[in-house]
Amino acid sequence: MTKEVQQLDRVIIRFAGDSGDGMQLTGDRFTQETASFGNDLSTLPNFPAEIRAPAGTLPGVSSFQLHFADHDIMTPGDAPNVLVAMNPAALKANVDDVPNGAMIIVNTDEFGKRSLSKVGYAANPLEDGSLAEFKVSAVPLTSMTVKALEDFEISKKDAERAKNMFALGLLSWMYNRPTEGTLGFLKAKFANKPEIMAANLAAFQAGWNFGETTEDFAVSYEVKPAALPPGSYRNITGNLALSYGLIAGSELSGLPLFLGSYPITPASDILHELSKHKRFGVRTFQAEDEIAGVGAALGAAFGGSLGVTTTSGPGMVLKAETIGLAVMTELPLLIIDVQRGGPSTGLPTKTEQADLLMALFGRNGESPVPVLAPRSPADCFDMAIEATRIATEYRTPVIVLSDGYLANGSEPWRLPEVSELPDISVDFAAGPNGEDGAFLPYLRDPETLARPWAVPGTAGLEHRIGGIEKSDGTGNISYSPANHDLMVRSRQGKIDGIARGIAPLEVDDPGGDADVLVLGWGGTYGSIGAAVRRVRRAGGRVAQAHLRHLNPFPENLGEVLRGYDRVLVPEINLGQLALLLRGRFLVDVISYTKVRGLPFKAEELAAVVQEVIDRAE
Amino acid sequence: MPSENGFNPEEGFRGLKLVPRSDTAYKMKDFKSDQEVRWCPGCGDYAVLAAFQGFLPELGVPRENIVIISGIGCSSRFPYYLSTYGMHSIHGRAPAIATGLAASRPDLSVWVVTGDGDGLSIGGNHLIHALRRNVNINVLLFNNRIYGLTKGQYSPTSEPGKVTKSSPMGSLDSPFNPVSLALGAEAGFVARTVDSDRKHLTGVLRAAADHQGASFVEIYQNCPIFNDDAFEPLKDPAERDMRVLRMEHGEPLRLGGDRGIVQGEYGELTVADVAEAGEDRLVRHDAHRADPGYAFALSRLDYPAFDHVPIGVFRSVERPSYDELMAEQVTEAETVQGRGDLAALLASGDTWTVD
Repeated sequence: MTKEVQQLDRVIIRFAGDSGDGMQLTGDRFTQETASFGNDLSTLPNFPAEIRAPAGTLPGVSSFQLHFADHDIMTPGDAPNVLVAMNPAALKANVDDVPNGAMIIVNTDEFGKRSLSKVGYAANPLEDGSLAEFKVSAVPLTSMTVKALEDFEISKKDAERAKNMFALGLLSWMYNRPTEGTLGFLKAKFANKPEIMAANLAAFQAGWNFGETTEDFAVSYEVKPAALPPGSYRNITGNLALSYGLIAGSELSGLPLFLGSYPITPASDILHELSKHKRFGVRTFQAEDEIAGVGAALGAAFGGSLGVTTTSGPGMVLKAETIGLAVMTELPLLIIDVQRGGPSTGLPTKTEQADLLMALFGRNGESPVPVLAPRSPADCFDMAIEATRIATEYRTPVIVLSDGYLANGSEPWRLPEVSELPDISVDFAAGPNGEDGAFLPYLRDPETLARPWAVPGTAGLEHRIGGIEKSDGTGNISYSPANHDLMVRSRQGKIDGIARGIAPLEVDDPGGDADVLVLGWGGTYGSIGAAVRRVRRAGGRVAQAHLRHLNPFPENLGEVLRGYDRVLVPEINLGQLALLLRGRFLVDVISYTKVRGLPFKAEELAAVVQEVIDRAE
Repeated sequence: MPSENGFNPEEGFRGLKLVPRSDTAYKMKDFKSDQEVRWCPGCGDYAVLAAFQGFLPELGVPRENIVIISGIGCSSRFPYYLSTYGMHSIHGRAPAIATGLAASRPDLSVWVVTGDGDGLSIGGNHLIHALRRNVNINVLLFNNRIYGLTKGQYSPTSEPGKVTKSSPMGSLDSPFNPVSLALGAEAGFVARTVDSDRKHLTGVLRAAADHQGASFVEIYQNCPIFNDDAFEPLKDPAERDMRVLRMEHGEPLRLGGDRGIVQGEYGELTVADVAEAGEDRLVRHDAHRADPGYAFALSRLDYPAFDHVPIGVFRSVERPSYDELMAEQVTEAETVQGRGDLAALLASGDTWTVD
């Protein structure tokens, strides 16, 4: 039987199941298949903070959403076209996001009375008509998997666990995904457990075959590869891109990388990743706490390493004092904050961008620190290099604000040519810079206002630095009022001057006639971009600009802001950038905020943009 | 003391085996900075500084390869008065900062200068972890049993009932015994000395420098302003020989002429009359015992306060240092996998090509 193949331009799939069902792995594999097929894609993993919440409960639901298309896309998508629900909890937790007419594939084996009542279903939703608006495919995924594996010498439990591979096989058939990658992955993953390997391969194949033979699925779909710019691509998450960017920063600057870090969600993966790359001379130090993590990084920086610390909001709070010391000692230091929902412990696995003001102002005294924010998972690579450039050139700590969405989300990344990456090599101080062979550790470069970086081991440059106010030039302790005023202004002037070396803010205003500008920063780039496209498709005129440098701002920002009648600033906080813009430029921007632990939906933002346009007219 | 550790001036200090040697014959004055020393008149810190400056030439390493890192407190002004590299950092964090420096630069001789407030209160966590990791740093903890810089509050080593500005009815805290704490934190080298005994102090510094890995030295240091004469019972010529237990590796532990240390039923150490107990029962000091129980028992001789106070090296046990192990992993990765190639790393995932 030859089945019909329908062409689609884009699809959004959400895999949802229990925390133990392997949904993240399933989603990740489907993503890799999709990436190797050449679609553009964007992903949104969403999982509980608990390692294993009670099975079958709503808090235990873990999901993975993937948006893929034959054209370039910017977000993981608002609403799934297909929901795979491995149990009633997964159905209940996700069904509200599914639009009418979309497909829901459920694992009927899990829809027993107990499982249903566990999540408060009085009646079976598969039978009571409540899913009538959807195309429901009821598939006994578990029992079919177990049946397919009955000849294998594995436990029933192990057979049941392979049901995610059955589901993956089914979906891979449905969307005509290439399977070599997944087969190779399973072979490598279970290389030491041949029976389990064979069972998972068989489950995957059974799922594929089921799609091909059953009449439940009459149609399979094809989403053609996207027309991306030529080059070599891979799919990459923000945390991986950041890790690679840090290694690149180390290689390009010629400084050995030293990471001082304490495990914290969602930043730990950077520590895990960097600890694998000792062959690049990388030293990773799992400290006793957040303070020691940044302290060790600063100590390493004093010794001439590229000192890095990685954390999330609660850890940033603890590092504040040491960042202040780095400001005072004017040493390069990279602080990566992968933001999550706050305050306090907040929402460890959910995204937010509410650490902006803390990054800028969360220290005692006048303590300016450059702040950068990548705008997409792949952009984390570039911003890690940019942070390295600024830190080493200006001898300053630099804060990079990633977030949980960027960290775990992924997108195709065109591999850069190493030869095209910027040269950020560093010159340490090598000899005296004062009269009579004196060394002045706080004699500033007239251009950058950076002080010399003289590392221990360099003869003749012995000097002392510390947290007490420094005397201009000599760096000796000074309590002089005039000197303090000078030093406060010098440190500020140094950071302000970084703006001269960064590209002007680019505005995307195709018609050049928009009255409304949407300005965002960090991880909201995709959502805002997708919303702006929608508005434009509907005939609306709107400009978009996105900040990756939050301190200092690009030099033309004020001019850009004043060039539009209205400026809309969407943020996943309560208006932190808006506060800065109003304060600095006296422009009454319109702040739009949501703090749900999730990225903006493009549809929602598009409506907001449209409303602002309508009001302006 | 140096000889008991096997220190050989020809070969240099073992703790400095990865630090380049220097041919320069430094003098004490070579380690004095141009900064005016600003401690209170009579402060014990002056004596420690002088002993330290006098000792540094012995290290036999280039001045530029010596780094002093301190936290906050009176003692933490130390780096400014030495002509080496130095960092006067933030309260309690010196061991963490020094850890990063020492772990990334095994070619440096790194010294942490801290006090009882800096090292045991706010920085207690960093101190114990630096000791257990065995980072190649030397920690000098100046213990004056009071907060000096903040003007006279009780510290984590102040005696119970201490009346201070913040404890007008007496402190309720039980104090730390810094030596017991360091031993409990798995420190491989633990010693104690006194600011007023320059010869002993220098000997302990020598032994600390000779130890590869973290060494912890408690220095009893007098604060003439807020806690004057805190250690007077150990300094009074009439009494000190009866109270100060000078530990020498391989020698019987004697206290004055007629008392000595014997082992009790449960492994504890007690003071006994030698004539009564018999010469044979005196414990012969062994700083190299792998098991820290003996050194810990020695540290408990501090009670009752000042009746008998051991000074010298409690424990000196060699194990690989953190920075050395870290460097080994890097070297092993580079040897086994080959030096990393950035382009290969970037392309290491599942890639595809768009033409």
